[in-house]
Amino acid sequence: MEEQNKTIEELANREYKWGFVTEIESESAPRGLTEDTIRLISEKKHEPGWLLEWRLKAYRHWLTMKEPRWPNVKYEEIDFQNIIYYSAPKQKVRPKSLDEVDPELLRTYEKLGIPLREQEILAGVAVDAVFDSVSVATTFKEKLGELGIIFSSFSEAVQHHPDLVRKYLGSVVPTNDNFYAALNSAVFSDGSFCFVPKGVRCPMELSTYFRINAADTGQFERTLIVAEEGASVSYLEGCTAPMRDSNQLHAAVVELVALDSAKIKYSTVQNWYPGDKNGKGGIYNFVTKRGKCAGVNSKISWTQVETGSAITWKYPSVLLLGDNSVGEFYSVAVTNNYQQADTGTKMIHIGKNTKSTIVSKGISAGFGQNSYRGLVEIKKNASNARNFSQCDSLLLGDKCGAHTFPYVEVKNRTSRVEHEASTSKIGEEQIFYCKQRGLSTEDAVNMIVNGFCKEVFRELPMEFAVEAQKLLGVSLEGSVG
Amino acid sequence: MSLSHEQTINHYLESYKAFEKSLNGDSSLPIHSLRDEAITRFAEMGFPTKTDEEWRFTNVSEIAAKRFEIPTLGAGFPEREAKTEKFVFEDLKGPRLVFINGIFAKNLSRLTQSGSDVIVKQLSSALSEHPDLVSAHLGRYISSGVNGFAALSLAFMRDGLFLSVPDGVVLEDAIQVLFVSTEAESEIATYPRNLMIVGSNCRVSIVESYVCIADDSYFTNAVTEIVVGENSVVEHDKFQNESVNAFHIAATHIHQAAHSNYVSNSIAVGGRLVRNDITAVLDAERSECTLNGLSVATGNQLIDNHTTIDHAKANCQSHELYKAVLDGNARGVFNGKIFVRKDAQKTDAKQTNQTLLLSDDATIDTKPQLEIFADDVKCTHGATVGQLDSDQLFYLRTRGIPESKARDILTFAFASDVVSRVKLDALRDQLEAFVHAKLDASRRTNGS
Repeated sequence: MEEQNKTIEELANREYKWGFVTEIESESAPRGLTEDTIRLISEKKHEPGWLLEWRLKAYRHWLTMKEPRWPNVKYEEIDFQNIIYYSAPKQKVRPKSLDEVDPELLRTYEKLGIPLREQEILAGVAVDAVFDSVSVATTFKEKLGELGIIFSSFSEAVQHHPDLVRKYLGSVVPTNDNFYAALNSAVFSDGSFCFVPKGVRCPMELSTYFRINAADTGQFERTLIVAEEGASVSYLEGCTAPMRDSNQLHAAVVELVALDSAKIKYSTVQNWYPGDKNGKGGIYNFVTKRGKCAGVNSKISWTQVETGSAITWKYPSVLLLGDNSVGEFYSVAVTNNYQQADTGTKMIHIGKNTKSTIVSKGISAGFGQNSYRGLVEIKKNASNARNFSQCDSLLLGDKCGAHTFPYVEVKNRTSRVEHEASTSKIGEEQIFYCKQRGLSTEDAVNMIVNGFCKEVFRELPMEFAVEAQKLLGVSLEGSVG
Repeated sequence: MSLSHEQTINHYLESYKAFEKSLNGDSSLPIHSLRDEAITRFAEMGFPTKTDEEWRFTNVSEIAAKRFEIPTLGAGFPEREAKTEKFVFEDLKGPRLVFINGIFAKNLSRLTQSGSDVIVKQLSSALSEHPDLVSAHLGRYISSGVNGFAALSLAFMRDGLFLSVPDGVVLEDAIQVLFVSTEAESEIATYPRNLMIVGSNCRVSIVESYVCIADDSYFTNAVTEIVVGENSVVEHDKFQNESVNAFHIAATHIHQAAHSNYVSNSIAVGGRLVRNDITAVLDAERSECTLNGLSVATGNQLIDNHTTIDHAKANCQSHELYKAVLDGNARGVFNGKIFVRKDAQKTDAKQTNQTLLLSDDATIDTKPQLEIFADDVKCTHGATVGQLDSDQLFYLRTRGIPESKARDILTFAFASDVVSRVKLDALRDQLEAFVHAKLDASRRTNGS
């Protein structure tokens, strides 16, 4: 046991692998938030008038809102006037190919393990890399363009496809949805836009990497994915961020729209800086993610692996409007040291014969606090709706906590809702068994934890599944008590 | 006429002044300071609102808006006693306390307890006869700070069961306490208050019931505090069949010592707006707690069960089974919290919540909740909502049973799973009959 604990301690004390700061001159807005800040952002991005109005409407509403206090997380008051709301890497002309991109930036990506060129050739993945708030490189765009798929940075989409953006922006997460969504709507800097036209299957996994770089810059990403009738798309999002002392706020909004028979799969691996082992620093990740199954037979699937951030606060949700639509949520959330996570999902069944599946795996170690908070709501007309939820927690150590707050609200008798939850720890006999077969404690724990999360990992696209397992390894594997 | 927030507070402050006068000499008892403090707390807090997470699904503004009066002894008490007689569970041979509109009905009660130092009496007499014993426990577990209802209970409590069982006593017969509501001059509020102190190495059964004579509108605000000593076993059955126009708000708190075992079976079929709060604190090692509950609601009833099991110490077990059958426009709420404190290792907690929706307009809001701060524990909860299993229906129909009959059989089987856990034979049969009658009535009104 003694020896085992030692290994655990070593593992738990590992430093954040991906922490470094890239020295690039950036152009920033002054600290604080006023209507002028918003006008500045909008002007910098050459946005049309309606979008500025939209932002201002969100801002005015935000002023009337209060910061939510109900999540099961604790943090110091955020000073919203002490945040830089806009920062862009300085560049004179927008690059046309990778060769024109600042080599310093490219090196950063390489350090992060996102070799753009290699991925272009080997993996066949189109990467829309977001560095701070401005997209600097987009690959495979032409290839996708041939199929009619639009995959670009949000600002580009605003310039080139204003009608599409205008039609769908805010249609799933309205500007007044919640405190952070309103803030995001007012000041969002950039993000990704993806549109898959009728009947088109996107031939490759679309992926984008977010990074937060300039110190003290809150990052407000906006992602919008639309799949028209019969279209399908799989989208990956992954993130790492450099080491920082002061907390950084991240309030993104992701909107997904699936029309008749469309399928959208959205996968996330989130590994932002979680703070040091004393709970100092780290990212505040307050995100609103929501999908709308607007058409019949549509399907939206969320898969997330959350290992980073000091505080994670997100509930990727699905509105099941269309008859026979399907919503899925697969999640692994890890909290180690002083990390806190309050995450889960909402499945709102509105259409008939709608189905949803929730599989949530929470792992707590160190002083981590991990909460699952979910809502399954069956509206009155959602006949034959079906939900299955499972949320399991694994506790590694006696100073962490696991909490579940599942809400089930049913207004239709023909529906069937099942919810299961369990909490456990890694059994000593399991470890013993593995050690007996010659595995080290570290490998044994790694294996058991990965087994615990398998149901979620197998939902991830291949590239991510590998990364996710590695991340989990770094995050905690040996912290068993 | 509905009252505004200020009018509500003023109404209760005024009632309290009148109530104080009616207490006569009793207002000089040391316990009186608790009442004063409680009414002050109430004035500060008022009734809970929907913005309060604990009361999110249960809107009590209707209670707040009504002018409930304190019942007076008045004339016609013997007639009421006569009407009440039928509600007594005659097959239970033990001591019995009956209260009509919160007032002790001497003729119907039976307080003989042979031998030993067991005290079974009205709380009102215990307040003056055993002031030290009472004040050591009363309001310690459900204090006036909990919410407006708890505060009102302490301020206005008049009577209820007081039970004190010394170490090593096994009570053969169950103790019965019955609260009957009947017609009154106005809409009345009663505040039944029970206090049970069970020593170590005891075995006690308690049957607590709330019934009505007519479909009046009234408000029952009941609070029960139970202390279970070491190695003791307490079985507590609660039957609630209030008027379908009545408001029933009840809170029960159980404080358990080492190796103790507490079992609660709560059957709720009546009431328009019902809220049951049960909190069990497993405050010493190797204690065990079982909470079972059944609600059958029809028409416009709302039955809300909030349970909390607090595993404060290691090596404790808890089992929980709550079921609801909802028909008509009925609404059900279940919130089951399980806390496992930091040092409560080897906790084993299991919770199951099942709801059967019989109509398209019935609604259930369920929220099982686990909060765990220890690592070596086994905690599970499961919640299901659905309708009758079509395979089971099919099976019965292949045996020649008509569909409507088959539905009845399966619905009753679903409900009787809880009722059958009542250990007292005499009581169980009667409860089954009540549940049966309730389900029958619901089927008839729906014509299905």
